[in-house]
Amino acid sequence: MDIHVIAPLASPAERAAVDALLGPPSSGWAGGSRDSANDGHVARGGHAARAERDLLLPALHAVQDRIGWISQPALAYICRRLTVPPAEAYGVATFYGLLATRERAPIVAHVCDDIACRLVGAEEVCSDLARTHGPAGQPSADGQTTWLRSPCLGLCERAPAALFTVAGDAPEQIGEAPIDAVGVIARLASAAAGRPIAIDGASLSAEERLADARISVPQAGDDGLQLLARVGRVDPGSLEAYRSAGGYAALNRAIELGPEAVIAEVTASKLLGRGGAAFPTGRKWAGVRAAQGSPKYVVCNADESEPGTFKDRALLEHDPFVLIEAMTIEAFATGASRGFLYLRGEYPLAASRLRNAIALASAAGLLGSDILGSGFAFEIELRIGAGAYICGEETALFNSIEGKRGEPRNKPPFPVEVGLFGKPTAVNNVETLANVPLILREGGAAFATIGTEGSAGPKLFCVSGHVRRPGIYEVPFGTTLRALLELAGGVPAPIGVTADDTIRTILLGGAAGVFVGPEVLDTPLTFEATRAIGATLGSGVVMVFDRTADLVGTLRRIAAFFRDESCGQCVPCRVGTVRQEELLARLAADRPHGSRADELRLLGQIGQAMRDASICGLGQTASSAIESAVRAGIVPA
Amino acid sequence: MSSVPPIQFYPPARSSQPPMPPEAARVVQVELTIDGRTVSVPAGSTILDACRAEGVDTPTLCYLENLTPINACRVCVVEVAGSRVLAPACSRKVEPGMAVQTDTERVRLSRKVVLELLGSSVDLSTAPQAPAYFARYGADPERFGAAAQPAAANERDGLEAGHHHAADGQPSAATVGQPVKIDNELYVRDYSKCILCYKCVEACGVDAQNTFAIAVAGRGFDARISTEWNVGLPDSACVYCGNCIGVCPTGALMFRSEYEMREAGTWDEAAQTSTDTICPYCGVGCTLSLLVQDNEIVKVTSPLDSSVTEGHLCVKGRFGFSFVQQREPGAAPTT
Repeated sequence: MDIHVIAPLASPAERAAVDALLGPPSSGWAGGSRDSANDGHVARGGHAARAERDLLLPALHAVQDRIGWISQPALAYICRRLTVPPAEAYGVATFYGLLATRERAPIVAHVCDDIACRLVGAEEVCSDLARTHGPAGQPSADGQTTWLRSPCLGLCERAPAALFTVAGDAPEQIGEAPIDAVGVIARLASAAAGRPIAIDGASLSAEERLADARISVPQAGDDGLQLLARVGRVDPGSLEAYRSAGGYAALNRAIELGPEAVIAEVTASKLLGRGGAAFPTGRKWAGVRAAQGSPKYVVCNADESEPGTFKDRALLEHDPFVLIEAMTIEAFATGASRGFLYLRGEYPLAASRLRNAIALASAAGLLGSDILGSGFAFEIELRIGAGAYICGEETALFNSIEGKRGEPRNKPPFPVEVGLFGKPTAVNNVETLANVPLILREGGAAFATIGTEGSAGPKLFCVSGHVRRPGIYEVPFGTTLRALLELAGGVPAPIGVTADDTIRTILLGGAAGVFVGPEVLDTPLTFEATRAIGATLGSGVVMVFDRTADLVGTLRRIAAFFRDESCGQCVPCRVGTVRQEELLARLAADRPHGSRADELRLLGQIGQAMRDASICGLGQTASSAIESAVRAGIVPA
Repeated sequence: MSSVPPIQFYPPARSSQPPMPPEAARVVQVELTIDGRTVSVPAGSTILDACRAEGVDTPTLCYLENLTPINACRVCVVEVAGSRVLAPACSRKVEPGMAVQTDTERVRLSRKVVLELLGSSVDLSTAPQAPAYFARYGADPERFGAAAQPAAANERDGLEAGHHHAADGQPSAATVGQPVKIDNELYVRDYSKCILCYKCVEACGVDAQNTFAIAVAGRGFDARISTEWNVGLPDSACVYCGNCIGVCPTGALMFRSEYEMREAGTWDEAAQTSTDTICPYCGVGCTLSLLVQDNEIVKVTSPLDSSVTEGHLCVKGRFGFSFVQQREPGAAPTT
């Protein structure tokens, strides 16, 4: 491939950022200084040079984190290092919300204005910031700081939230919640003065760091928890602590059993995927094990970006080793030797804890060439997303890892046969994997007795909105919605008013989910029972809206979310999400085309075309919550 | 002694048969039903292949025989029994026993809405198939409101992923409208006519040219075909093969000659003839189709089914035709 580079040379800082990731350039052809003795009459290129394409996103991150934005020379340098055509690299860089291709202040507050945060005043935070700091995106007078609106940051239990990114030689990222405009400005000023923003540093003792767990996980420390058993009790930074709490017993057991028996246990457990699609995990693993082609890969989908979802974040932050152990078991069972953990870019604390966990596990021989002396070899690479909800779609996630635009692929073929790098791939959600060590410890049959016939096991729910104690809750499948809300402290209501009268609606499953009314409070939370009422568990979101909530505004935010997050590949979703948003805005402004009934009929048709004709789940569910709101009478007819 | 092979002083006698080509692999036929009729097509065919073999007219926009199926436009969707959603006929491979429906209410609604979404956001005035498709499905793009004001030059090229301005309740419908990009002598890029079918990207990339001068940039409705940093074509990696023009289904990419004649109102397809010839430049022997109007070559293409070009050309064959028209001053044009 002849790389046509037109930009001037990258600055020393930009080159240093890239070289810190990729090492120094090997020759003048790869962007180093020309040396006619070594660079003349050599052939460079071919598969070996192009095989590094998957380092494109990490390289873009390196420049973004160091400089605060990606300039044309910096991108050109990356292109020469990785043999990527500049037009394609530009297409990748402009795909992600957290990457800037125009000059941007190095210190940025990404302020969440998504559905959970806007219930507790995110719009006020934004309007205060616009007044005191300036309009979104505008740099401060000294050019050091700015703020931007952001989709859901996954800190819904502590809303309203903001994510701070500080570019520089020692880049920092940290999520903060709850936070108001004053807090945002104070943090920005502190960073601009060169003081650290991070609170999760060495300055805090392990005990202090653990204390935080109860905010995200109010049940932390309770007896009888399975998935959350170690949260708040076991230091997430210590492999020793994890092992003495029973960690890695499951991997030992797996190696004793052998791959087929592990898959048999997982199949017997009736574990269904927790990412939203509820596919049987055992069947997926067996498919990958049986698939032709090598090498095989395992991928952990930690790109949790569904608005209102934060369960995976809580697990990754407070129990990172369980993911490492589960992925190792999965690789052992499916015959994979390399794993990727794809984490959304908005979870810096989870990233640092996972990095630490992978390093400790590797040092202890729990990852590497001879795991636990069994001869089994497996490595895990952490890859960080850059602000794209669509990358949670498994095939878009593969493309993102491969250094392409995060556009979903058509299925079939399915990842089991043609996945990451075109090879058989087992891809599972974080919570799904967190069940695996449990299954191996307790036995698949015992696990299957938890919950109901069609929905086995414990389940995490992300309860947010108008409840007294928002957070992650673990309950067995089959617990009723009412019982779950009671666990979360119930819905604040005036004296004498029942919860049923206070609740206007509950969003199940996130922005891609369904609004239900209080009449379904006694529905057991299972895949089958929610399906029966026309709803979905999705990613486990339970967001409560009382009668004071601005529901039309919420619906418009959901429509704007899908319009922003559509990858743009297929017509129904690319244009349908725009028309859906425009239509809701017309209804809100009471300027319908024709009658309101005409508009609602048109909304239904847009929804049906998106559902039927879109390539992936994003487009197929982009109208789900909005159409359910029409059915539930939330949108006045 | 007997185990020692005999020493041959002459090669063994030749077979009396001349060498034959290897036996062709048996083509496995796959049986499926399309609209209730049983069809048998070779394994590996797509549903679209089967539909065409059966004479079922299926609309396509992003599909082209000489490119990898892109399946982004979704206008070819069909209903496959047992499938939760509709399937793109252009890329879904046939399977034994598959039951395909191509004209159900569900299929017609999706095709109609997809056409309306395109028609309301993109200028389809030079897309040859559009009027017939719109008539067939009764598509009415006006349902979403009148087209909003077009963007300023290069405005859409600066839009950032995830940061759009929320709809404000105005009655108009957002479009990809923008001024035409004219930055070279050979062809223009009118992205207000772009349906983002990815064909030009594929033709510029691995499907034909391997130049990679353009790619899709941005995200969602703000996604657009772009060179790196939206630099002009002369600054980009473009080699002006024009293969992107050859595959563009809507006229967004157009010969400068055609564009200027259309602007001047002199473009007249009825008055044009197409003559196939062989490119005179090199020894490859590409087939050229010369479009001639008023005894002037106005456009050069190559037939998709040409075994030499598969429809693709290089800069010389596609654009290097002006020497043909160097006539003596004052000489009468020959007819």
